[in-house]
Amino acid sequence: MNKTIALTRDNDGRPMWRFLLQELKPKGKLFTPFNIISVPIILLGTALIVYRFIYGIGSITNLSQEVPWGLWIGFDVVTGVAFAGGAYVITFMVYVLNVKKYHSIVRVTVLNGFLAYLFYAGALLLDLGRPWNVINPIIGNSFGVSSVLFLVAWHFLLYMIAQLIEFSPAIAEWLGARRARKILSGMTLAAVIFGITLSMLHQSGLGALFLMAKEKIHPLWYSEFIPVLFLISSIFAGLSMVIFEGSISQRVFFDQINEHHRREHNDIVHSLARICTGAMFVYFFLQLVVLIHGKHWDLLGTRMGAWYLLEMIGFVLLPMLLFYYSYRSRKLLLVRIAAILTMLGVILNRLNVSVIGFRWDMDIHYVPSWQELVVTLTVLFTEIWIFRWVINRMPVLRESPAWARK
Amino acid sequence: MDINRRNFFKVMGATGATLALGSELQARPKKGADTEFYGVLYDSVRCIGCYNCEYECASAHGLPEPVIPAEDTQVRKPDETWRTVVNGYETSKGKVYVKQQCMHCNEPACAAACLTQAMYKTEEGPVIWRGNKCMGCRYCMVSCPFDSPKFEYFSANPKINKCTMCFEEKVKQGGIPACVEFCSGDALMFGPRRELIKEARRRIAEQPDVYYDHIYGEHEAGGTGWLYLSPVPFEELGLRTGIQRDSYPALTKGFLYSVPTVFIAVPALLLGIQQATSKNQTNPENEDE
Repeated sequence: MNKTIALTRDNDGRPMWRFLLQELKPKGKLFTPFNIISVPIILLGTALIVYRFIYGIGSITNLSQEVPWGLWIGFDVVTGVAFAGGAYVITFMVYVLNVKKYHSIVRVTVLNGFLAYLFYAGALLLDLGRPWNVINPIIGNSFGVSSVLFLVAWHFLLYMIAQLIEFSPAIAEWLGARRARKILSGMTLAAVIFGITLSMLHQSGLGALFLMAKEKIHPLWYSEFIPVLFLISSIFAGLSMVIFEGSISQRVFFDQINEHHRREHNDIVHSLARICTGAMFVYFFLQLVVLIHGKHWDLLGTRMGAWYLLEMIGFVLLPMLLFYYSYRSRKLLLVRIAAILTMLGVILNRLNVSVIGFRWDMDIHYVPSWQELVVTLTVLFTEIWIFRWVINRMPVLRESPAWARK
Repeated sequence: MDINRRNFFKVMGATGATLALGSELQARPKKGADTEFYGVLYDSVRCIGCYNCEYECASAHGLPEPVIPAEDTQVRKPDETWRTVVNGYETSKGKVYVKQQCMHCNEPACAAACLTQAMYKTEEGPVIWRGNKCMGCRYCMVSCPFDSPKFEYFSANPKINKCTMCFEEKVKQGGIPACVEFCSGDALMFGPRRELIKEARRRIAEQPDVYYDHIYGEHEAGGTGWLYLSPVPFEELGLRTGIQRDSYPALTKGFLYSVPTVFIAVPALLLGIQQATSKNQTNPENEDE
C-alpha cells in the first residue's frame, strides 16, 4: 500500500526518521518549576523501581500479609482509572449523542485517558510479584474466567486499543499521513461504542474487585453496590478531571488554543458542571440508600463514622452544591474549586474502600512508605511529561492542519 | 467436514467464553457428583500441642524449621515460611491447642479471584498454587476470608506459600498429608469430606459434654476441606467466626453474570442512540470532524 510510502516522508519531503528525531528534542524552556521538581523525583523513583525488582516488593513498601494492596493499587490504579473516566463520558456525548459543543475537548480528554491507562497499567506491573507471567491472562491456557480481575485486565487492554484508535487521527495528522487518517477516522465510532461499553464494565469492575473482601472492608464502605457506586462516581470524577486539566491547559498551552475555542471553553466548563451536579446527586442519593439499607447507623458515631460523614458531606454534598450554584451564577472560579473538592472526594472514596477501610480493625495500620509515594509521583510526573510532549507536537489542543479539516 | 465443524464450534466456544467472562464461577470436580473432595478433620480436644505437624510440614516442603517459643503466650500466624502453626489458647475449659493452615474451601475465593488459574481447586479437594501461571498480583490474598495465601515480599522471584494438603507430594499418589501422617495425638484425620463430617457428628453425639456442638468448616464460606472440632466456642480459639455461610465467589456472581448482557445490550443501544441523534448519516467519515 502506498500508505507506507507516504509515511517515509514528512510534509516538507524530508525523510521521516529525521522528522521524528527532530520531534524528540525538547521544545520550550528546560528550567521550568515543574521540570525542576519532577526530574529529581523521576530519577529517584526510577532508582527505587530498580531496587524493588532486585530485592522484592517488601523492600520499599509497607505491604503485609494482611494488607496485600496498598497505595500503588489503591491510588495509582483504582483512583487513576476513575479520573480517566472523562474520556468515555465526553466521547459518548460527542459521538453518540452528537453534541458537537464538546468537540474541542475530545482529543485532549481521550489523550489524557489513554495516557492514564497506559501509566496505571504500567504501575500495576510494578506491583506484580511475577510480572513475567503478565501475559498469562491474555495468551495461553491459563484463563481465570471466574475472576473479576481477569475481566478488568482484558478490558484495560482492549480499552487502551480503543482509545488509541480514537486518538490516532491526531497522530496521523502530526505525521501528515492523509490516507491513514482517513481510514482511522472511519474507525472512530466503532472504537467509541466499544470503548464506552468496556469503560462501564471495568469502572464498575474495579469496585467489584472488592466484593469478596466482605469482612475486611469497613461496613460503611462495603456493600453489594460498590460496582454501581464506582461506575457513577467515575462520571463526575472524570469530568472534574476534565475541568481541572482544562483550566491548567488553558493557561500552560495558551498559545495553542485559538480565540474561538477559548471563548467556547467557559461554556463547556459550565455544562460539565451541570452534568457533574446531576451525577453527584444520583451518587449521593444512592449512597444514602446504601447506608439506610445497610443499617449501620450505630457506626456513624465512631471515628470511622466521622471519616465517612466527612467524605459524604464535605467531598460529595458540598462540591455538588458548589457545582449547582456555579452554573446558575456562571462563576468559573467556583466550578474549579468544586472540581478540586470532587477529585479529593473521589481519591478519599477509592482509598477508603481499597486502603484505609481495608482491615481497619487491625492493630497496626498500613501507611504507605515514602518510597511508595515517590514511585507514585514518578508515574504521575512521567505521564505529565509525555502528555506535554504530545500536546506540543500533535494537533490536540490546536487546530488540525488545513488538509484534515476539509 | 465433521471435524471442521467441531473445530469451528471449539473456536466459537472459546470466543464466547472470552466474551462472556464468568460463566464458570464455581470450582467443581469435572467428573461429576461421584467425585468426592478430600479433607482433614482436626479435633482440638485430642490435640496435645506437640508441634509435630509443624516440623513435618516444614521438612515435607523444604521450608525452614519452625521456631517454637518456650512460652506459647504469643499467638503465631502462618506466614511465607510456615504453612501451618499450632497455638495454645487459655479457654473456659483450660488450655486448648489449635492448628492453623489453609482451609481448602469447597468453592475457594482465591481460585475464583485468580485471573490465571494459578490458585486451583483440584478434583481431589486440595487448593494448590501453580507458580508457572501466577503473576503475583495478590488478589487471592485480598479475597481469601481466612488470609491463607502468604506472599514472599522480600524476593525478586516471589512465591505464594500456603498449605497444599501435600497434594503434589502425597495425596496425588494416594498418600495422606504429612501433618496427618505424623500426628502423635490422633487429632488429625484424612478422608472424604462427607465421611469426616459423619465422624465429627459421631464424636459430638457420643460426648456432648466434651464437644462444642458445631463443626467449624461444615458451612463456613460455603464449606471447607478442613473441619474443626472444639471443646469451646470457636471465637475462644481465635478462629474467625464472622465468616459468611455462602461461598465467597457467590459475591461476585451477580456482577460477572451481568457482563455478557451489558456487552450485547449496551453497544446496540449506543448505536441506536447515535443513529437517532445523527443529522448527517450520509458519510460516516465525517464523524471525526
